[in-house]
Amino acid sequence: MEKFETHVHDVIVIGAGGAGLRAAIEASAQGASVGLVCKSLLGKAHTVMAEGGVAAALGNVDSKDGWKTHFHDTMHGGKLLNNWRMAQLHAQEAPERVRELEHWGALFDRTKEGNINQRAFGGHTWKRLAHVGDRTGLEMIRTLQDRGIHTGVDVYMECTITHLIKDGDRISGAFGYWRESGRFVLFQAKAIILATGGIGKAYKVTSNSWEYTGDGHALAYEAGADLIDMEFVQFHPTGMVWPPSVKGILVTEAVRGEGGILTNREGERFMEKYDPERMELSTRDVVARSIYTEVQEGRGSPHGGAFLDISHRGAEYVKKKLPSMYHQFKEFAEIDITKEPMEVFPTTHYVMGGVRVDPETEQTTVNGLFACGEVAGGMHGANRLGGNSLSDLLVFGKRAGAGAAEYANKIKDNQLKVNDGDINNAVKEMLTPFENSEGENPYTVHQGLQDAMGDFVGVFRTKDKLHEGIEEINVLKERASQLKIEGSRMFNPGWHLCKDLKSMLIISEAIARCAHQREESRGAHSRVDFPKYNDEVWGTVNSVISKDSSGDMNLGTSPLPQMPEELKKIVEGGYK
Amino acid sequence: MSVAKLRIYRGDAEGGQEVEYEVPVDEGMVVLDAIHFVQANYDGDLAVRWNCKAAKCGSCSAEINGMPKLTCKTRLDSLPLDKPVTVYPLKTFPIMKDLVTDVSWNYEVRKKIPPFKYAEDTDWKMQQVDVERSQEFRKCIECFLCQDVCHVLRNHNKKNEFFGPRMMIKIAELEMHPLDIEDRKEMLREAAGVGYCNITKCCTDVCPEEIHITDNAIIPLKERVADTYFDPLQWILNKVKGN
Repeated sequence: MEKFETHVHDVIVIGAGGAGLRAAIEASAQGASVGLVCKSLLGKAHTVMAEGGVAAALGNVDSKDGWKTHFHDTMHGGKLLNNWRMAQLHAQEAPERVRELEHWGALFDRTKEGNINQRAFGGHTWKRLAHVGDRTGLEMIRTLQDRGIHTGVDVYMECTITHLIKDGDRISGAFGYWRESGRFVLFQAKAIILATGGIGKAYKVTSNSWEYTGDGHALAYEAGADLIDMEFVQFHPTGMVWPPSVKGILVTEAVRGEGGILTNREGERFMEKYDPERMELSTRDVVARSIYTEVQEGRGSPHGGAFLDISHRGAEYVKKKLPSMYHQFKEFAEIDITKEPMEVFPTTHYVMGGVRVDPETEQTTVNGLFACGEVAGGMHGANRLGGNSLSDLLVFGKRAGAGAAEYANKIKDNQLKVNDGDINNAVKEMLTPFENSEGENPYTVHQGLQDAMGDFVGVFRTKDKLHEGIEEINVLKERASQLKIEGSRMFNPGWHLCKDLKSMLIISEAIARCAHQREESRGAHSRVDFPKYNDEVWGTVNSVISKDSSGDMNLGTSPLPQMPEELKKIVEGGYK
Repeated sequence: MSVAKLRIYRGDAEGGQEVEYEVPVDEGMVVLDAIHFVQANYDGDLAVRWNCKAAKCGSCSAEINGMPKLTCKTRLDSLPLDKPVTVYPLKTFPIMKDLVTDVSWNYEVRKKIPPFKYAEDTDWKMQQVDVERSQEFRKCIECFLCQDVCHVLRNHNKKNEFFGPRMMIKIAELEMHPLDIEDRKEMLREAAGVGYCNITKCCTDVCPEEIHITDNAIIPLKERVADTYFDPLQWILNKVKGN
């Protein structure tokens, strides 16, 4: 058997974005020995790209704000499919999590009184997003990074986890490889926290980086955990469209939060038609569909988008509040956004669906396996509000860290077993692409998947298209079972893609099949053949995906948890 | 569609050479797009780091035609395409493979810098104008281009004596935080070696975030150290106070 190194910790966190870092900090604070494993260098995770802000009812700008209003907004944004308890904990705990960041050195923009400033965002009743210009995620990840490295967390950079190992029904380890050397590595642990983010690389036009290949979703699925609501993929309304090289790159919602106006080629402010009350600050699902519809109906901008204009706020204000956007457009598109409008179109941005977790501890349906951040499901229901992701990372990162540490601390001696057979199978699977004398190029198959997801499982969906998509994914699965790659195991991106592709195929099938099953339109899931809500049938259930004993993907539903009466009253408007 | 020739360094610690690739040029295309084209169509094992492809994460640093740059931010149409574009790994750090270098030294140094510390009775009120000084340095995306170009590190390899420009702005950011009470001056003078910088401003020139590394961070830090350790009046006062 091939030799590999072994590291032993109480808790292993997979992923070092906001959620993973916050979880690692908390688990360490609770006395657990913590290892933090990440695919990239520390501080490069997707959180670094978050721009607009972190939603928390601090009430610094609008003093009427409070957790109840935030809870109300979140539930309505999610079209009431959210796990109510997660939405409640999130709204209640977000302010404390943000203040805590300040105590760890974060420097948010200020109000005149010297408090943390807050800006308006889509679907939020009050000005609620604490921010640093348009680079809030960078501020968060640096703050958490600093805290993490000074609180005894061991960081394993550029290491990819490919398999979770179980002892009976409990998690006992994680197996993977060092990206640099290609050598294998085993992490023995009592508890594992998945904080791997999203799935955007299954789509061609996306705001997501190479890392977003659904690893955590796939690892959880393979380990026997439930995935819920995978049909809900958020298409952010405003991605760049031109030039081709930057298609899909995010244009922050803060542009609209700061007063940006959307128009079509006829100069019409079209949001008046779709949401006259909230206009540009409607929820993301509505704005994305509106832009898509305008372009479909022939009223798009020259490169097939909508115009987004912020120039009326004046050059100085725009450069101060949206500096990254100013530079992004100037350098990539040669457009000066203080003088001319941007062109924007929806881009795959976020997955609301994910691993089913217990709201209090973030434990999945597998013992010892926890999940937090984007990889976890439930919190955002059918559509996430902007700014609720950064707060989600903090609130549930901390809770997952505490949950995992408590679980691990109960197991006194780690006598959990790692089965040699499991390791052998993992090694064999990983090395096959080097041994295949014939096979496909993983990059080609990946492009095929991206095309299929865009064509059949995009913003607007129909039964026939989804059916075609599922068929196509089956063909791609077959093609991906015989891949061939060149070169050695040393830092070989082609080889890395082989396993990432498998993860993407699992989650793509889950998305397509859940979307096929849910015969209604709700939030980010828009069915042309079922354009309305069907509250009676679909408003009361989560979609559920799991792996059955024969290894097949099992699709079903489960009833939504019952919301207590006092919270129902808040949702129905009795919060003011 | 025109064609660009890229000469990309391929190799590892044992050695290597330039390999030439032809890549079709699309409108607005950046060097990282060309590298991805090479991966997908010629050599799947070409090693490069990248994440956001939007100049926000600082992963894809390389030396393009000899200049330290982010490959995601360098448009092909900004380069002379009548001759091959060379793409090399950062020279200041040991090569791992192709365009990927071992930058772990930066993370080790970073750990040595004492973190933010506040007073017990802090009320957490800060004015925008006061936070902006540190905010400038907190824009840093840790691309390490400044470390790459700094001649103290690049030509003299004084990594044991000088933390480099990236870490100078990290220290400046903490020192200028309105509520920070930690004292890092002794570290600056000794371990961090602020005296090594002789203000050639090469670091400022290559910073993709346009941070005024030298003027706003390193020079004020030098002044703080000079005021504390080299001001004769301060020296006498310290002696009298028994410090």
